[in-house]
Amino acid sequence: MLKNTKEKKGLSYVQKGMEGQELPYVLIDSIGGKHGVYEDHLEFLKKHFQLITMKEYLENKKFLSENIKAVYMWYHKPVINEGLLQSLPNLKVVASSGVGIDHLDLKLLSSYGVKVSNTPFAVSTDTADFGMALMLASSRRLVEGYQMAVSPNTEYSPADCLGAEVSGATLGIVGMGTIGYKVAERAKAFEMKILYHNRNQRNKEEESAVGAIYCKKIDDLLQQSDFVLLSVSLTPQTHKLIGKRELELMKPTATLINISRGLVVDQDALVEVLQNKVIKAAALDVTHPEPLPRDHPLLNMKNVIITPHMASATKKTRRLMMENMTESIEAGLRGLPIPNEVLL
Amino acid sequence: RYAFPPGGGSEALLGGGACWRRGWGSAHCRAMFRFTQKKCGLSEFGGRFTLLFNAWRKHTQPTAAVLPSRSLIPVRKANFRGLSLPDNPSLRGLYSRTPKADVQVMAGEELPGVLILDVGGTHGVLENLVALLKKHFHVITLKEFRENKEEMRKKIQSVFVFENRPTIDRELLESLPNLKVIGNSGVGVDHLDLKMISNFGVKVTNTPHAVADSTADIGMALMLASARRLVEGCQIAVSPDTKYFAVNWLGVEVTKATLGIIGMGNIGYKVAQRAKAFDMRILYHNRNRRRKEEEEAVGAHYCEKMEDLLQQSDFVMLVVNLTPETHKLIGKKELGLMKPTATLINISRGAIVDQDALVEALQNKVIRAAALDVTYPEPLPRDHPFLKLNNIIITPHIGTATVQAIRMMTEEAIANILAVLNGKPIPSEVFPK
Repeated sequence: MLKNTKEKKGLSYVQKGMEGQELPYVLIDSIGGKHGVYEDHLEFLKKHFQLITMKEYLENKKFLSENIKAVYMWYHKPVINEGLLQSLPNLKVVASSGVGIDHLDLKLLSSYGVKVSNTPFAVSTDTADFGMALMLASSRRLVEGYQMAVSPNTEYSPADCLGAEVSGATLGIVGMGTIGYKVAERAKAFEMKILYHNRNQRNKEEESAVGAIYCKKIDDLLQQSDFVLLSVSLTPQTHKLIGKRELELMKPTATLINISRGLVVDQDALVEVLQNKVIKAAALDVTHPEPLPRDHPLLNMKNVIITPHMASATKKTRRLMMENMTESIEAGLRGLPIPNEVLL
Repeated sequence: RYAFPPGGGSEALLGGGACWRRGWGSAHCRAMFRFTQKKCGLSEFGGRFTLLFNAWRKHTQPTAAVLPSRSLIPVRKANFRGLSLPDNPSLRGLYSRTPKADVQVMAGEELPGVLILDVGGTHGVLENLVALLKKHFHVITLKEFRENKEEMRKKIQSVFVFENRPTIDRELLESLPNLKVIGNSGVGVDHLDLKMISNFGVKVTNTPHAVADSTADIGMALMLASARRLVEGCQIAVSPDTKYFAVNWLGVEVTKATLGIIGMGNIGYKVAQRAKAFDMRILYHNRNRRRKEEEEAVGAHYCEKMEDLLQQSDFVMLVVNLTPETHKLIGKKELGLMKPTATLINISRGAIVDQDALVEALQNKVIRAAALDVTYPEPLPRDHPFLKLNNIIITPHIGTATVQAIRMMTEEAIANILAVLNGKPIPSEVFPK
């Protein structure tokens, strides 16, 4: 049997689990490099799964198609389309890294009976931290200051880099989910006045714990905030939530911070209002597309900070994400309730 | 004990809560609370300065407006603490106990002279701040003084030192016979020879309250930016060579990490308050241990030995004054004690760190990274090894570079200078050791 398996698969070994049974086959995109599954995660993953890279799959489609039961989607790869779904008849679970699922066609997956999971809690603290980092860096002109401090020209004074205070300012959080609430917890320590807009109002204890004031109309939040932070998920309802009208409602001294998805903002409108100083500045961890084309106007603006979608980019968090995804896949394959399942 | 709160008049408009947030002692706050309660006839106030302002107006001008209803309270930008007093005629003279007396001085007699380096320019006082000074003083620039020494020398009773300028040397002190006070903008006075100045019978004041929030904020900003590799990330995001974003590009966590604060004064304590919200484990080292309630409020653990703090911290933040005792406080030994994954953040003074030792430590990855708002000198020479490292963030001493802080520093300095000139209790005098 072993000999047969070797010949069929062309693999040098068959992985066996703790009880000696064969480990489930899980499809991944690649290992290592700039996009692949992290090499230091392999040891853990290989205890639970037989990892099949896209390349290995394409070389041995006939055998592997039947056996692949789950997809470990690390940063949107491998891409799952109808073609792939049709060729993986026994696919049960797709575990997606991160919290956003706007890149997945949930309806399609559901129609094939495939369950989906994400990692909402693993990313929440790092993303909230990063939101604060962007707000502070933008307001205090940290990146400009750094460039001044290391540039060949030394004729400058701190007055050339005069920023605005974060402490005591008004922060408007659009989207008070797990991440938004953690931002509020942090902002409170800076004595910020916190306004929030959400589909549903949070309960009184949650509100008073962070001193947050509910704004039923987003307009009220936009008009009063010195910093507007977007922490909503991308859905058809939040697509271009912040457009020209919303940007014009903001104070001319306000800063927009986006840690959700690029498409939540009407990017062209944003370029225009920044150029015309309708708002003061923007700090974006997310854009559309990522990365922006190299000639995009946002890349050249002094009052814009852009970071390469790194709000959850820490070693510990990525490891936790991987462990969460492993758990979700295992539960799905055993027919148990899936932790962090994404329901339609 | 306090008939009028020290620190000038703006604080009179702040509620007890606002005073506490500024990190003032509880006796101070209680006194302020009682004072304002009595004077303004209010039983309860939530720190909204407009309410208090109107109450104060009611007190000084009996026919003035009644307290506005909540809906009329203007939403003031950025909850700016402290009204711009010098702009408001009804509040003129708030810096002394007898408002009328000061108004008389301003109307008829000459204002006391204050020396500044310059108006505007690279190192001069910002123009909007000069306008503030002009409401209380006859402002004389160094150039004007030098061109007209005979006339000006007797007029100058004070010097407003802004960004360490003008330099106070023996020659200057000798040429100003009526100089009574040097009002420094900012809290650090390591650029002033306190002993020499004292020998001339001149007092020195600084502005510890105005700087605290903004400096604590920059400490947090640097810690977050360094840990999460924000500056590097920005460079990647805009670089012409970037075709896609790598997913294996990682920083280190701030939440739940251990922060070691060296120097738990006003600013250090505010850093602790902010770090607590990030669920950080907070250690601190200080000349004196803080009271139990203060420690508990931020969850800080005292490290009597600095070595203990260095060995356990993921982030080491320096928030001390520069004195002979703290000069090169962090040297090769201290850097060697830190974790190889640790980050050093300096928001005090460059000379507190042995810079050569830090270069070596960063090059050899003895520590992970550094983030410095201050260096020695400022700015660094362009060929300094710091500028070539990729695990360092340097900012051009912007700890208090906010519109609000810089204005508050000027107001605090003005209040201190006027207190000296009017023979009143001085809010923030600095004494030579």
